[in-house]
Formats: sequence, structure tokens, C-alpha cells
Amino acid sequence: MIWTKITRMENIPPREGRPVKIGDLEIAIFNINGRFLTIENACPHKGGPLCDGIVTGTAVVCPLHGRHFDLETGMPVRASEPSCLAVFPTRVEDGIILVDLTAGRRAMDEAAA
Amino acid sequence: MKHLVVVGNGMAGVACVEHILKRRSDINQPDFEITIFGDETHVNYNRILLSMVLAGEKSADEIVLNDIEWYRSNNIRARLGVKISGIDRESRTVIDEEGRPTPYDKLILATGSSAFIPPIPGVDKENVHVFRTLDDTRSLLAKARKGLKTVVIGGGLLGLEAARGLQVRGCEVTVIHLMDSLMERQLDATGGEYLKRRIESLGIRVMLPRQTAALFGNGHVDGLRFATGEEMEAELVVIAAGIKPNTGLARGAGLEVNRGIVVNDFMETSDPDIFAVGECTEHRGQTFGLVAPLFDQARVLAATITENRGPVFSAPAPAAKLKIMGVDIFSAGSIDETETGVEVVRYEDPALGAYKKLLIKDNRLHGMILVGDVEDELVYMDWMRSGTDLAPLRRQLLFPPASDLGLAVADMPDSETICGCNGVRKGEIIHAIHQHGIKTMGQLKQRTKASTSCGSCAGLCEKLLRAVAPGFEVETKTTLCSCVPFSYERLREIVRGQKLKSVEEVLAVYGNRKGCEVCKPALSYMLDMLWCGDHDEDRSARFINDRVHANIQKDGTFSVVPRMRGGVTSPDELRRIADVADKYQIPMVKVTGSQRIDLLGVKKADLPNVWRDLGMPSGQAYSKGVRMVKTCVGTEFCRFGVQDSTNTGIELERRLENLFTPHKFKMGVVGCPRNCAEATVKDLGFVGQEGSWQVVVGGAAGKSVRKADLLVTVETTEEALEAGELFFQYYRENGNYLERSYDFVERLGIEKIRKETVYAPDEEKRKLLDRLHRSKDLSRDAWLERDRPANATQFVEIAPLERSEPIGERQLV
Repeated sequence: MIWTKITRMENIPPREGRPVKIGDLEIAIFNINGRFLTIENACPHKGGPLCDGIVTGTAVVCPLHGRHFDLETGMPVRASEPSCLAVFPTRVEDGIILVDLTAGRRAMDEAAA
Repeated sequence: MKHLVVVGNGMAGVACVEHILKRRSDINQPDFEITIFGDETHVNYNRILLSMVLAGEKSADEIVLNDIEWYRSNNIRARLGVKISGIDRESRTVIDEEGRPTPYDKLILATGSSAFIPPIPGVDKENVHVFRTLDDTRSLLAKARKGLKTVVIGGGLLGLEAARGLQVRGCEVTVIHLMDSLMERQLDATGGEYLKRRIESLGIRVMLPRQTAALFGNGHVDGLRFATGEEMEAELVVIAAGIKPNTGLARGAGLEVNRGIVVNDFMETSDPDIFAVGECTEHRGQTFGLVAPLFDQARVLAATITENRGPVFSAPAPAAKLKIMGVDIFSAGSIDETETGVEVVRYEDPALGAYKKLLIKDNRLHGMILVGDVEDELVYMDWMRSGTDLAPLRRQLLFPPASDLGLAVADMPDSETICGCNGVRKGEIIHAIHQHGIKTMGQLKQRTKASTSCGSCAGLCEKLLRAVAPGFEVETKTTLCSCVPFSYERLREIVRGQKLKSVEEVLAVYGNRKGCEVCKPALSYMLDMLWCGDHDEDRSARFINDRVHANIQKDGTFSVVPRMRGGVTSPDELRRIADVADKYQIPMVKVTGSQRIDLLGVKKADLPNVWRDLGMPSGQAYSKGVRMVKTCVGTEFCRFGVQDSTNTGIELERRLENLFTPHKFKMGVVGCPRNCAEATVKDLGFVGQEGSWQVVVGGAAGKSVRKADLLVTVETTEEALEAGELFFQYYRENGNYLERSYDFVERLGIEKIRKETVYAPDEEKRKLLDRLHRSKDLSRDAWLERDRPANATQFVEIAPLERSEPIGERQLV
């Protein structure tokens, strides 16, 4: 695991997400009531910024057209949605959120592989 | 006249008296002088609904079945708070606790039942309660508070309802149950498991099986010890371990008593002048705890006692429904699958939390368990009641055709009970519909009490109403969303009554604890409106537009529309707008349809600086709130203008700006009937005439096109502004979220709106305006958050603390 220090945990308010750009990768980190989850930021439908979406349980709703994605798996909540997103292992140490940017996984890719 | 004494002022006793009274009108019926003794100090109330009082869904007043006026107008002597301690059968008198005798010719014992308190050491400690009466409910409510460690002993219907009620009040509730499975008398193990999961998802802890050995504590309870030796802390304990019939009085009088007071099919006891009804009875070895059979008993006894002996009581198949919002449980008939000849048909979907089990005997429905999906309850009950031959329906058993039901209602005899909770029969409903010209479910409920308790017969009532009432009207009752399954109206009551101040609180207490993109913004609006802005604002519950006060565009950038009151601007403002557009390389500057200027394609991080440089307030073009007032130039420049529309429009905008509304709210003010600023297709419009203003509401020129309705015509500008404010606040308070004013006006009707705004009593008008002004005082320009952001990263894209190897799309595994 290669952990990258991202930001202090209080920078992400409860039940909100914040975008982080690292090179050409853009992720969104969410604070699910003290648990931090990281997902690719761009909705596979039309590229909507998921970091700006409303959270429902452990899923986020894209602010543009309302697609739902589970933040734990990256899977679309509705079966009819064809694409999924990568999720990244995330942990908190000394109040700092760390993300393993090298270990992003897309569940559907795995299923196909 | 003969004297009838009823001991017990509960549902069964009073229901029996009601049936006796109905027979009064018939000539040749013996008339009685009636005295009712009740040891509770309350008039007859609906005990089934106590859990709703505990949960705050109903007030104590709302569950009253017979108010004091009913006793008075029917010449019934009500002796409330008087306990009868003995019966002298020889002299036919009852004796109260103070030794006062009351003679009777006929005596009805309707003494009900009490909570069964298991013989556990320590049950007499302080803060150990039962949940059986209105007084019990009140003392629980007095104790309940946030974080109170509460244990409910008993995982049956009553225990679970009490647990949810207390949890709703903020207590930390654990349910402990002697058995392996919850509600084991109504459900099988699988059903119990589904129920347990659902209860736990509401935030109630469930511990099974646990046998309580003792309650410990010094004076008041501190905790429980289980038979295993395990202990748990508790500040409040509620015992809901079942009920036992109150038979002391009957036993003392030497009547035949087993578990209950023994009655025959005519509800007669072993003394020819004494009868019994309700939960205190035992009929053919069976005692009763659910309400439906008791109403049947009451009807039979009324016939027997009025010398119309003939109808006999036979215990109907039991049917039980759990009254916890969002937990759908229904069980009826026999659920014993080991019975010979019983076949079982089952369906379950763990993801949906749905479980159905039908027990079939001789091709007839014999019993059922429905968990999580009770939609077909009415069809099943109808099959069971009517003994429908299921042979031709075998392929549709689990998902029966709903169309069956309409026919079923028509086929039911008039004597069939429709509302089991309140004992209302089909014939009574039809009679009431004709006699009172009932058109809606609301009226039906009010007149007949049908469907006012558990509500499971609502579908049946509606079918009947639809079939019988000539002018049937559908009542639109919109549930906010499945996360918080209440109507808007009910939610407003709940939020106000329970003093809930945040979205999270509402979802935790009345919802699924998650919420979604539909209910969170709606609840945010409701809290802001009800508390006039003095609520706990939760930005995470708002749509992105209301988190950053700009309108999100298809590429994730934002649009910025500064307020330009009445569409009037200045060279100075225009210069600043031009400078901002240059400085931030704004890709498009566009004049909107609302007489304003839109800067499109602004990056989120630039928003605070753009606002600062503009030096203009937010135009709220992104929110469900006050948009703008479009005006014409009116008397100031126009040669036709007869009113000063521009300044009136600016003043109107100033009075309402920065406030939220159920949906966007656009206004227009025109100085003459030529209507150049299109005031008659706005949510609120003023149309200037010579010497007066027409105030119009509910106009639209968007997805719908609708000409606004005239609210009122007034002489002065101040009066017009006040009429506008009244409508505005009335819409804020009564509109459903995302309901535009044009739908709102059509839903309520302009007459009602007039009556409750401009033509309301002065006192009401003042209250509406007070609430508006309170909200207005607490509101502020959202763009001031440029200097005081709601949180440190409100507009910020987070830069990582560490540089790391950039990784590309291809490297994702």
C-alpha cells in the first residue's frame, strides 16, 4: 500500500464530499459521519462532479442528473446504469486522511477480468 | 326505567353502550338509565393509539372516542376515577371503594385487562413502568429524554410500539424478549428475523432471547440482571410482557371465572343479570387482546341485554398489525404450519426486506404473515373472510390481482365489519355516505371513525366510497418520500410539535436515518420555514446550488446572477460586471428573461472573489426562493403608466429577497393593464390600474402556462404590498416542496386562499406577517459567505498535503 497524505479530516464536513486533483486523476473524498470514503470524481454518465452531490447512506447522488453510486464499491445503485467508478482505500491517521492512489479498483472491471 | 350499570369505561364497554343507544330509537325496546364507572379519570379513548401518543404522532385529545358531551347528551352518568370494589348480587348493587352502593337491574362488567408483571425481584422500583393507559403514557412522556438508557421488556406488539415511541422521544432503547424471535405469536422465525432487522435499522437494539432475573438499583432502577448473570444498565424500564384479564371483581362476587370471566355465546355470565364484554372475558376457553373481536362482543351483548337475544359471538380469526411507521407487519388467521392439511406458500426478498407466507387449507386461505410488503393485505383478508376458492388463483397467490378487491367490497354483506379497530360495518358506512353526502375519505373518517386507528382498512373504505358516493373526490395526500413516509402536512406538525431543528434529527427519529436527494432539501426548506430561519442549518442536506449559492452548469461550473431589483441597474454596476467578466475570463455574459445579467461558466473556487468584485447581493437565481420582480417603467417614464411600477417592484423585492420558498418564486409589477412586464404570468403580480392595484397569484409561463388568479384589488401601494406578503407567507407555510404557486393555487382553490390571507381575521393576518418578518429579519444575503464561509473548504478544491506520483486513467486496475 502506498498512502498519500491528502488533508486534515476537518476539511471535509460530515455528509459532504470534496474534490482533490492529483495529476490527471480527480478524486472525491466523502465524510460519511466520521468514516472517509474515496471515489473517482467524474460521473460516468456526463462527467458530473460527484463531490458536489447529496449523500444518501453510503451512496452519493450526482448533482447533474441524479445517478446514484455507492461510495464503498463504486457500483451504480440502480442496476440499469452501465458503468461503475473506481474507489480508493482510505484511512485516517493523526487526523489526516490518507488515500492509496495506486490501488483504485473498479468492481465491474474485476468482474469482467 | 331499568338501571344499567357498566363497570369499565373502555372501548368494549362504551362500544356496547353505543349499540344499546342505537336501539333506543326503536319503539318497544326497553330503555335504560345508564351509569358508567371508569377507574381512569379520562373519557373513553382509543387505547390502540396510545403508542401514537407516545411517539407524538397524535395528541391525547385526538384519540378521544367519546367526549364528555357524548355522555351528557345521551343522559349517561359517567363516574370517572371511581373504582368499583364489590358486587352484592343479592341486593343487586355495586359498591365503590368508598363503600357507596349503586343499585343495578343489569350489570355489564367491562373491566378490561392490566399489564402482566412477571414476578421478577425489583419490578417495584422507581422508573419501572408499564404501558397500558393514558396515565402510563403521560408518565413515560414525563421521563423520556434524549439519551435516556431505556429497556423495554417484551418484544410483542405493545413492547415494540412502546420502544419506537420512546426512541422517537430521544431515548436509547433496547428491547429484550424472552423468546428467540420477536412477535412470536403472530410471526414465524423467519418473519421475526425480518422484523428484528427492520427494528434494528431504526436504531433500536434488540436482544434475544433474554430472561430477566432481577432489576437492581437503590430505590430507583439502575439496571437488569439476566438469568445468565449478564447485566445491563437501564435508567428506565418498561414492562410489556402481556396482559391479564381483570377478574377480581367477578371472582369476588362468585361468578364463574377461569383466566377470564366466563361468558357464553350471548355474553352472559353465570348470573342472569350480569354480563361481561371485552378483554376481561373468556369465551370458549379463549381470552382476547386485540380489539376487533371485542366490538363483535359488544354488538352481541347489546342485543342480548335489550331482550333481542339471538346473535351469538364467535371469535373471529385473529388479525394483528404493528403500528410503527415504516415497519409493515401484518399477521392473520392461523400461522401454525404443522396443522394437518396445511400447505405453505412462501416468498422472500432479503434486499427488499419483504417476506410473505400464506397458509392454505382445503384451497382456502387459512392464515398469513406479511412482513415489509403488506400491499395485498386487503385482498388476502377478503379471501380469508369470504373463504374464496383459491384453486383457480394458485398462480397468483403471492401477487394477487388487485382488481379483485372492488368486486369483493360489492359482494360483502352490509353486516361485515370494515374497520376492525373501531368496529364500523359496511352498512353503517354506506348509510353515512348517503345521509351526509360524504365525498372524501377525510369526511368519511370524521363521520364514521372508520380507518382512523391503524388505517389498514383505508383501501377498503376508499373502494366503498368510490362505488357508493355519487361525487367521489380523491384527496391528494403526497408523501414526502419513502425515507420519511409522512405527508407534508403531518411532517410539518411533527417538526413543530417535536421541536425538531435539524434534518438529521428528523431522519433519525421519523425516517430511515439516511435520507436522500429528494427529502433532504425538502426537510431543509421545511425547517427553515417553520423556525423562521432559527433552525440548525445543515449544508450537507442542501443541493449544491444552495451550498455555494450559484447554479451548477452541465460542466460543473456555475452561473452567477447578481440581484438587480426591479430590473434596474446603473452604469457603475454594469462597469463592475464587465470588469468581473474580463478578470475571471467568464465565457458568457447573458441577459436573462428576468431582467438581469447572468455570468456563466464561473469556477467554484472563483465564486467568493467574483461576488466581492461585483459588490452586489445574490439574485438567488439558483435556489428555490425569491427570484426577482420584473417591472415596467410605469409612471416614471411611460406615457401610459398609471402606477409607479418600478419603485413598487423594487420595494416588493426588498421585502421578500433572501427568503426560501417551496419552489422558485417570480414576481412582476406593471404600471398599467398593458402588462409589459407580464405580471399576470408570475407567481405574484401587481397590475396597476387608475387608482388601484390588482394583486394576482399563481400565474406561470414555463412548463405550464397559466394566467394568474385575482387575489384582491386594493387602492394603495402599501395595501398591495401587504396582500403580496400575506400570499407569499401563506404559500411558504402551506405549499409542498417543489410545488409551484400555480399548482398550489389550483390545489387549494383561490377562494380558500383569499379567505385565509387577505380576508382572514386581522389576528390571523398579523400572525402570518409576524412569521414572515421574523424570517426576513434572520435572513441575509447568501453571498456574504464570501467573507464568512460556512466551512473552511466551502469553495475550495483541496490540494493534497503530499505530492505523489500522478497516476493516469490507464493505471486503474
